[in-house]
Amino acid sequence: MNPVVRMVLQRLGLGLITLFIVTIIIFSAIAMLPGDFAKAMLGQSATPETVAAFQREIGIDRPPVERYFAWVGQIVQGDFGSSFASRTGYRRTVAEIIAPRLYNTMFLAVMTALIAVPLALGLGILAALYRNSWFDRVVNTVTLTTISFPEFFVAYMLAYLIISRDTFIGTEFAQSLPEWLAASINWVLNLVPKFPTLANISDQTPFWEHVWRAALPSITLTLVIVAHMMRMTRAAIINMLASPYIDMARLKGMSPMAIVLRHALPNAWAPIVTVIAFNLAYLIVGVVVVEVVFVYPGIGQLMVDAVKSRDVPVVQACALIFAATYILLNLTADIISIATNPRLLHPR
Amino acid sequence: MSESEYKLRLAQNLIGRGKVSRRDFIHLGLAAGLTVAAADMLFVSVARAAPKQGGFAKLGMAHGATTDSIDPAGYPDTFTQTAFSGAMSNSLTEVDAKGSIQPDLAESFETSDDATTWVFKLRKGATFHNGKTITSDDVVASMQYHMGADTKSAAKSLLESVTNIKADGPETIVFTLNSGNADFPYIMSDYHLVVMPAKDGKADWESGVRTGAFVLENFQPGVSAKLKRNPNYFKNGKPYLDEVEFIAITDLAARMAALSTGEVDYIGRADLKTLGMLKRKPNIDILEVTGYGHYTLPMNVTVAPFDNPDVRMALKWAIDREEIAQKIFLGHATVGNDNPIAPAIKFAINPEPQHKFDPEKARFHLKKSGMENLKIDLSVADAAFAGAVDAAALIRETAAQCGIDVNVVREAEDAYWDNVWLKKPWCASYWGGRATADWMFTQAYSADSSWNETFWKNPRFNELLIQARAETDEAKRSAMYAEMQQLTHDDGGAIVLVFNNFVSAKSKKLAHGELAPNWENDGLKMAERWWVANA
Repeated sequence: MNPVVRMVLQRLGLGLITLFIVTIIIFSAIAMLPGDFAKAMLGQSATPETVAAFQREIGIDRPPVERYFAWVGQIVQGDFGSSFASRTGYRRTVAEIIAPRLYNTMFLAVMTALIAVPLALGLGILAALYRNSWFDRVVNTVTLTTISFPEFFVAYMLAYLIISRDTFIGTEFAQSLPEWLAASINWVLNLVPKFPTLANISDQTPFWEHVWRAALPSITLTLVIVAHMMRMTRAAIINMLASPYIDMARLKGMSPMAIVLRHALPNAWAPIVTVIAFNLAYLIVGVVVVEVVFVYPGIGQLMVDAVKSRDVPVVQACALIFAATYILLNLTADIISIATNPRLLHPR
Repeated sequence: MSESEYKLRLAQNLIGRGKVSRRDFIHLGLAAGLTVAAADMLFVSVARAAPKQGGFAKLGMAHGATTDSIDPAGYPDTFTQTAFSGAMSNSLTEVDAKGSIQPDLAESFETSDDATTWVFKLRKGATFHNGKTITSDDVVASMQYHMGADTKSAAKSLLESVTNIKADGPETIVFTLNSGNADFPYIMSDYHLVVMPAKDGKADWESGVRTGAFVLENFQPGVSAKLKRNPNYFKNGKPYLDEVEFIAITDLAARMAALSTGEVDYIGRADLKTLGMLKRKPNIDILEVTGYGHYTLPMNVTVAPFDNPDVRMALKWAIDREEIAQKIFLGHATVGNDNPIAPAIKFAINPEPQHKFDPEKARFHLKKSGMENLKIDLSVADAAFAGAVDAAALIRETAAQCGIDVNVVREAEDAYWDNVWLKKPWCASYWGGRATADWMFTQAYSADSSWNETFWKNPRFNELLIQARAETDEAKRSAMYAEMQQLTHDDGGAIVLVFNNFVSAKSKKLAHGELAPNWENDGLKMAERWWVANA
């Protein structure tokens, strides 16, 4: 059997076992949380009778083990169940709650990846090519700065920039500056497009408006993830450039760019792809803070909401999706690094 | 009044309806002796002030969760309350800007002498969104939805005193109560108790067909709700707006940014810390209303050392409420006086003496209780109210000066109402406030209430509570409520720190009348009451 195919099957099997373990962890973690959906919903106005009526209806008065197996049984059949927010005659399935949110998150992740990955690779290759030049230093400093700030800070700064665009000239600070300076700062600020600070999109939002509304979250995430991928690209390529076969290529008289692209890069893919996969996974499972700041209805916010209100079926489904995302992306990274490395592709 | 002045006055009334042009108005103004500039200014101000039809408003709400639904058994926070109760539905009565009760879906209401029977008459010709006329059967089904053993409604306890509801003809509903309640119409204004169409004798909330000023168009739980004007609304001329969109913006900074950049026209619960920056913007107004809501520190009076009235009194004197109002709530709060009845509520008094920080008096009571070197735990989390943890830290400092060692226990925010409130002997709590003294006392201070957070069972207080509820003589009633407030102040277990103000902000694009104090967002009814000013 082809080693790649064998590895994929093996890893998929392992992934399923991992997912199964994850279900146990998720379920017991949620069972250990204090309070339940009925109490969270009723809050201060909970009375023992209303809580009991609620619990009966959504079935959380049954023992945990029974509930666990009922849940896993449903998942195996591809049914994520109903949210606790359902009522008699008004069923809200977990799938229909999650689907639009997952789409939004994927939209943002893909949009960010389309900007960030080429940018990071390009910058990384150029930085490796001109290493220790001023260009290399500037790129390194800037990307390290943006990755060092927490994402909510970057997000708030961007939002503040958009607000300042219209209001800077009226502030006391601007009035204390010389007029020409204030005017030129204002001119620069007005070059910034007036991105919406509120990324509240709905299922009726047209495609390009969706892109426009998601601009600020996407820029924030790009700033946060570019450094990691760019530095890995640079390091991996520089590592390769020290090899004897690169010296050979140089002696042949190849141009530096051609050496990097044709000889160094193919051998450097493995670590780069791993880092890219890691960052893509982050884009799907880790962006809740950015979603909250820009009011973007993604799956991260949904999960936090669901945890707060103890809407257990939704929390479980989100956690499973996140786990599966990690497993699949890591698998893809492994396949790509094997496929690009003949030594791994044809082991002796 | 001269003839030209009279005409001017008349014209002012017509401007709002768009019936007088600016040019005609200025002519009239000149005839009445005004200059052109003055007449023009008058025109602009009147045209702004009078409600106008049309326009669209985007309202940023401080809450919103994916578990939200249009089911009135829930309505946990401002998003669902303002959008689905205030804009989309009506109760039988409503509270106006003065804090007094007005008929809403009901046309009138009257009671028997002992206030145990209440008769509500429905408005004639009022219809649901689908055109069906509202009948008493709909009202009965809607109320019964919140009653009975199987209900999950948060309003269940409100209707506990109702023993029977029956329809008397298509337009009359008769409520029978187990004991007299002169304030029953106030209870009927509650935002849960909206009227829904009856389907097979049961209230149909699922369809979203209600009676309100707006019809639901699109609702994405936790994200937004869009509503369109109800052209057949039963209130003349209302609503003014053609369309409203409620947007859930839970993040404080995001809310402020959204208003600053004009993404929304209004935000609830503005950030007090950056309010100054918002104020500087020329196109934004800050709105502040002292409501009925208040922050309390309930002590369980059945547990030592709080079972000793002198310990309670010592603590009441050991807290600097003024400092807490200034430092924690940045002045956007009114100092409390261990009386949960807000000053704006009918029958409210300010009991003497005003409790303030006084180490002498605190030490005196502490000594009298025989518990010098008192050490107590105060359990708090910001889930009770934003600023609870900081307020507790200030309390520890001032109490230390009185010889009381307060140990601040920081509890988990998650499930605070479940694990801490009503469980820990001294904790922090929040009351959204009720529109009447009786309602507030019954829910939070009466002996048999499940929310009696201080477990205080003062016999005199409970006797007065029942008497006052059924008393229809205003003077007698007023005296009884005064005595009850004094009792809570002197003997009760609740420390009322401050009454919180509703602080919100809007763009100048929106205009409104006097704001109602009963709930935030103009008594939850901003969609129906507000309009777009022509700039």
